[in-house]
Amino acid sequence: MANLPLEGIRILDITVVWAGPYCTSFLADLGAEVIRIETINTFVPLGRGSMAHPTEAMLKSMGSFAGGTPDRLPGKRPWNRFPLFNAHARNKWSVTLDLLRPGGMDIFKRLVKISDVFVENNPTETMEKLGISYSLLKEDNPEIVMLRMPAYSNDGVYQNYRAFGLHIEGVVGHTLLRGYEDMDATANSSVLMSDATAGTQGAFAVMAALHYRNRTGKGQLIELSQAENVLPFMGQPFLDYSMNQRSASAIGNRHPSAVQGCYPSKGEDRWITITIFGDDDWEAFIGAIGSPEWAEDEKFTDSLSRYQHQAELDRLIAEWTSQLDHYEVMRRLQEVGVAAGPVLDQRDSYADPHLDHRGIFEEVTQEDAGTHRYPGTPYKMSEYPMRIRRGPVRLGEDNEYVYKTLLDYSDEEYAEFEKQGHIGMDYADDVP
Amino acid sequence: MPDLALEDVKVLDLTHHVAGPYCTKLLADYGADVIKVERPGLGDSARSMGPFPGDAPHRERSGIFLHLNTNKRGITLDLKSRAGAKVVKELARDVDILVENFRPGTMERFGLGYDTLRVVNPGLVMTSISNFGQTGPYRDYRSAEIMVYGMGGEMYSTGLDEREPVKLGVNVHLYQGGAVAAVATMGALFASRLQGLGQYVDVSLMETQVGSIDRRMSMLLTYQYTGEVTVRSPLRTAGYPNGVYPSSDGYFQVSGSRNYFPRAVSMMGYPDFLDDPKWHEPDAQLDADLQEEFEPLFLMWTLERTKYEAWHTAQGSRVLSAPLNTMEDLAHDPEFLRRGAFEEIDHPAAGRLKYPGRPFVMSESPWTVRRPAPLLGEHNREALSGLGYTDEDMVRLRSRGVI
Repeated sequence: MANLPLEGIRILDITVVWAGPYCTSFLADLGAEVIRIETINTFVPLGRGSMAHPTEAMLKSMGSFAGGTPDRLPGKRPWNRFPLFNAHARNKWSVTLDLLRPGGMDIFKRLVKISDVFVENNPTETMEKLGISYSLLKEDNPEIVMLRMPAYSNDGVYQNYRAFGLHIEGVVGHTLLRGYEDMDATANSSVLMSDATAGTQGAFAVMAALHYRNRTGKGQLIELSQAENVLPFMGQPFLDYSMNQRSASAIGNRHPSAVQGCYPSKGEDRWITITIFGDDDWEAFIGAIGSPEWAEDEKFTDSLSRYQHQAELDRLIAEWTSQLDHYEVMRRLQEVGVAAGPVLDQRDSYADPHLDHRGIFEEVTQEDAGTHRYPGTPYKMSEYPMRIRRGPVRLGEDNEYVYKTLLDYSDEEYAEFEKQGHIGMDYADDVP
Repeated sequence: MPDLALEDVKVLDLTHHVAGPYCTKLLADYGADVIKVERPGLGDSARSMGPFPGDAPHRERSGIFLHLNTNKRGITLDLKSRAGAKVVKELARDVDILVENFRPGTMERFGLGYDTLRVVNPGLVMTSISNFGQTGPYRDYRSAEIMVYGMGGEMYSTGLDEREPVKLGVNVHLYQGGAVAAVATMGALFASRLQGLGQYVDVSLMETQVGSIDRRMSMLLTYQYTGEVTVRSPLRTAGYPNGVYPSSDGYFQVSGSRNYFPRAVSMMGYPDFLDDPKWHEPDAQLDADLQEEFEPLFLMWTLERTKYEAWHTAQGSRVLSAPLNTMEDLAHDPEFLRRGAFEEIDHPAAGRLKYPGRPFVMSESPWTVRRPAPLLGEHNREALSGLGYTDEDMVRLRSRGVI
């Protein structure tokens, strides 16, 4: 079989939470050797869990995002059982190394020498405290590619501004463009789109830089501001402002030129989206729902009047959809060529015949988390199976490989690093 | 002229609307030579989407088209005609990458399926972007942007528990689908350049949602681990201050509850009323009565400030927070302006306008705007004469409606 595209590329990864880790998961899927540098002496909240040593009672009191370990139990090593981490940590390696302890930077610099890429997404001051910068990396490896992913920037007023994805979305204007059209912005729920987009475009950036390096021999520094990375996604409303000095507002589930909504279907909290683009769609839709009398009303005869009376139309559509299972609504409308699809919850996704046919979920066994079906690579390549080759990496799982095989340390040195608190597979007992 | 990361990469772009053009925009903006093929007459469907200056529809002035097609050269070709398909085949011989987002099966009907094109160019990377992928029971289903989000699954937990799920703004899922396609395409390009291995990349927008937007992967895995389904949240959750509050000029978002509460107290300047120890008891953050007492007092704090004043003050105390910006606010943000996050681009039909700029900054091989989006058929002559077509040939093709 052919080599994976990024085979032979080694990536050092000091990323946290989601934007950075998601970036390196793309690169790991494509065959890069992504080595996560972790420490057993401090714990990053929402890294490998909400805390290092949660009790069963604590896990059960948390929301599923923070406490969703298998069966809500801590297990022997809860940090290897955290879904937010395990979802991105496939195909990666883990080494433990404490950059703040004596000797830590020396080990790190030896790793830099033999690597191609370094990725981080920390606040600017965190990297300053560690003393890691592009010029430092270049000393040991002039051809290295460094990707930094700050929330806003590595310079200027916002460089240390604290943000999650939901805050970034407010700043770049997305929050005011989504939400219910009949409620104000205080009713908006949180979404964290910028993490996913930063991770994706970060992976693209690294490959663009590697392509450039292959041609020129030059490494470089990439700064991906998580906020700026979303700006291209705001193209339509941004150009509307540029052209017409107009700031768009939220339109909920509406479509500017179609009848569109999210309607209740049979069962509890079950939903279907329907989009009716023009007259042909409308005729097909009305036929599929049994040509009810109300459809003859002149209020619904053309696109414009349907648009003007959409609130009334929504109620009539909902009367029909609420009698049927969401998949049944999709089947009946798609049969006549109308865009309709269920809003899938997790149960639906895992049972969905199309996703199953496409092989989206893969069964993976990892020693501390057990055997489960994981979402895999979100695209298909004809020459590669793009499988999960290694389960979600456990803390320090690859210490022997990294220290002894890659860095050539002796057994004695390894034992010494262990004693100094660099090497281990467990967080120290006093780490909260 | 600086070196560009992808300046040695040639792309044939058969995409329209949003997802496909965003994929090829990423390639073009970092240096690739992209030739975009449009239908004669109408062109890319995005040309009719707007926004338009003064809301007057004009196929050379669509904001979304202008934005998504920077740095591309544009030609028109009727792919249904034999002569049009022949030109595509000739162009495909000489490119690294071909990207298309027609409905599955369309390229085969044009006689331009991967099996045909790989014969003329064995190292070709061909990327197809579609709603549901090239295989499977939903392959030929109609779709819409809202459906992509709904079937991706994250929509189920977006919105309020008492209401229907609600989608995100303005086609963001389609952009994300395009970005995932660009990653996959770059992966395939590496295999082609380093191993001589051409291949076919199949990107399903539904899967790009299942596998990417908003940490959906971790939500899916949480369900695998616990059997718990992620639902929408109530309007008000325990803990304060947390959520979106009105400011004197709009809205301010703050996450200052629970462990962050001491930072919120600092942000508010240690007001006297917060001296009362009751606010600092271990369970104070979960106490609904205390929350009811706190909220109006906090509202006075936010209403006395602009959203930017509140934001800067909050950040002084390291409180996670943000102004909710309008497009106008964003376009005037001093830091975004200082960093050059927007780009002024001059276009012969639309004039000089400010566009969103680079998604990331590369120190050695920068993002650049070398040309604005193409006029419909602007580069027909240049591209066809490059293939050896004479002026006479072009007249013939034009009269037959091929270009």
